[in-house]
Amino acid sequence: MTENNEKVKQPVELDLKFKYKISKIHGGEKLMRCFQCGTCTSDCPIARFSDTYRPRQIIRMAQLGMKDKVLHSDTLWLCAACFTCTDRCPQDVEVANVIRVLRNLAAEEGCIPQVFKEQYASIIESGYAYKIPELRLKKRETTGLPPLPKGDAGKIKKTLSEIKLFNNGAKMEGQQ
Amino acid sequence: MTAQNKYLLFLGCAIPYRVSAMEISARKVLGKLGVELVEMPEFNCCGLPLDPVSHETMLLLAARNLAIAEKEGLPILTLCPGCAGTLKKVNKTLKEDKVLREEINRKLKETDLEFKGTVDTKHMIQVLVEDVGLDKIKQSVVKPLTRIKVAEHNGCHILRPESFIGFDDPEDPKVLKSLVEATGAKCLDYMDETECCGAPSVGVNDKVALQLARDKLTHVKDVEAQAMITICPFCHIMYDTNELRIEKTFNETYGIPIIHYPQLLGLAMGLSPAELAFNELRVNSSKLLEQV
Repeated sequence: MTENNEKVKQPVELDLKFKYKISKIHGGEKLMRCFQCGTCTSDCPIARFSDTYRPRQIIRMAQLGMKDKVLHSDTLWLCAACFTCTDRCPQDVEVANVIRVLRNLAAEEGCIPQVFKEQYASIIESGYAYKIPELRLKKRETTGLPPLPKGDAGKIKKTLSEIKLFNNGAKMEGQQ
Repeated sequence: MTAQNKYLLFLGCAIPYRVSAMEISARKVLGKLGVELVEMPEFNCCGLPLDPVSHETMLLLAARNLAIAEKEGLPILTLCPGCAGTLKKVNKTLKEDKVLREEINRKLKETDLEFKGTVDTKHMIQVLVEDVGLDKIKQSVVKPLTRIKVAEHNGCHILRPESFIGFDDPEDPKVLKSLVEATGAKCLDYMDETECCGAPSVGVNDKVALQLARDKLTHVKDVEAQAMITICPFCHIMYDTNELRIEKTFNETYGIPIIHYPQLLGLAMGLSPAELAFNELRVNSSKLLEQV
């Protein structure tokens, strides 16, 4: 069922090489093994409460080459990476890894939810994924905890210098 | 290789950010059990939070930490299962994939680091069960918590993917249960014990995340557990920090204290609630503490 009736008759553009592209990326190698049994979706904790997130469907769309639809879909970001699907898949597709590969490709196209941009900015600056409040650092002293190990911003930046992802003004996505 | 039970403590990001009770209690309890903790000389995030958008960034961040630990010549102990899982996974991947290892090392070299694959990473509960041992833990108990009935919540990353973690059965985990029972407390079975807490979906779709957490709290309440025991900072935030929010959203009352495992063990070791930072917990635990 489609929400937008005018679009019903529009053919979906397929990228027939998409599956080969995914299969060449670390983590996506076993995409073609999926025979659509649905174990991933039936065991997925997110699918239980979401009306839209269906890992089996994402895998099928990727196999068929529905590249744009998959990569620009908000539901792609719902996977909690619990790895239940990966452990239970009878074909050893490593479903959660395929989803991660798809998310990485979406990010390359500029679809990066805001939360990841914030975490990246914080890691680059301090080493920590969250900005640790000054109050917390002071409280460590009063509770007898040793000082927090510091991140070396210069070294972290140097190590990540070849990663362009966050430097090209990627599009921000909000909550669904 | 290294002196027994000496580890580099990898705190991760969530614990110093808002879960200090876990660090305070873990340091006390591990110290009492003769586990020596050395601070990381420098730190960066394990990389897991950025894996969804850039696998390569995650690999580099994780490999940096592993290489730093290799320089120190010490295995890593983490309090966060997410960090443990990531560091284990990257260690194994880079050891097996020569091409990838060389590529990562080319970048690490710029800051005088090299990944060789010489250190292991373990989460605190793996250290407790494998290196300290249940016997020693039981011997350390001076106040058995025999009047307390609790439910454990493992969380996902301490168990899955099995091929990388593999020290417990993800479909029927026993390690945390055995650790809880070592304190004298009764560990109850309940429905959907291994279900995800939902924390990774916070910020992407809060509604789904809260529904998952609600489901878990309902099952724990159904078996009349007096507390839920967690070993992951994210699961703890999901249930403790958000319990009131879940209660309000769904018009429910739970009142279930969410206790870090080292806090529970600490009580059994005779440490006071104040020493174990019980005051840091959002959900009131005074009723439970009366039973100690």
